[in-house]
Amino acid sequence: MVVINGENAENASGLTLAQYIKNAGYNAERIVVEKNLEIICRADYDKTVISDGDSIEILNFVGGG
Amino acid sequence: MIEKSVLDRAFDARFAPEIKEKLASASVAVAGLGGLGSNITLMLARSGVGHLFLVDFDTVDPTNLNRQAYGISHLGMPKTQAIKTLIDDINPYLDVKTECVKVTPANVAELFGAYPLVCEAFDKPDQKAMLVRELLTQTASTVVSGNGMAGFGNSNAVITMQINSRLYMCGDGSTDVGGGTGLMAPRVNICAGHQANKIIELILNKD
Repeated sequence: MVVINGENAENASGLTLAQYIKNAGYNAERIVVEKNLEIICRADYDKTVISDGDSIEILNFVGGG
Repeated sequence: MIEKSVLDRAFDARFAPEIKEKLASASVAVAGLGGLGSNITLMLARSGVGHLFLVDFDTVDPTNLNRQAYGISHLGMPKTQAIKTLIDDINPYLDVKTECVKVTPANVAELFGAYPLVCEAFDKPDQKAMLVRELLTQTASTVVSGNGMAGFGNSNAVITMQINSRLYMCGDGSTDVGGGTGLMAPRVNICAGHQANKIIELILNKD
């Protein structure tokens, strides 16, 4: 099972982070991704494959400050 | 100029010596001196946080006056310089360092690496995400970030959330300045208050 932002995301297994981020409609520039408690560098989204057992948090930033 | 002993006595009348000492010896960096950062900085200065490092590349502009700590007399001034005049008017005995520079992945570690606590107070979402990502991967700093404070009303939607052992996010997480709702002083200050309050909690709860 894959858990993304606290929800079961079974069909994410096998995708790269870059693919999942695009499919889910996120703007890669505006997010921070934590996979199994580790922050993933932007350059690694393409080569990081989501696999069974992963727990992922995608923090989406909005404008204003 | 007011003497340091007068300010010290005023502080001592309200807080226990160990609280004062912890705050006076704390180092905090604030990245971005807009609506969040200028107000966070002044709250930290009023609280006696002894060492502040303030980073912004921008100058004060009339569109800032609706929510940022600056006044007419600061127009055209670099925000790093303007905030210094405001801090000096509250407590001239704090150690304040400023850097008028744009933060990029290439200078994050050099700028913030020495600071155990960093407030993310940028306004553009890509810059906010970049700073949080780079701080968490390139430094050991704990980060208190602001995310979602546009519009008015719904004060209680602005919260502080712990994301992991080194990241706290303050805000409602959703109201975007790009969504047609501008930024207004009360809600920006509510979020700034959350960030400053978390910083003070982290300072005072540290053994």
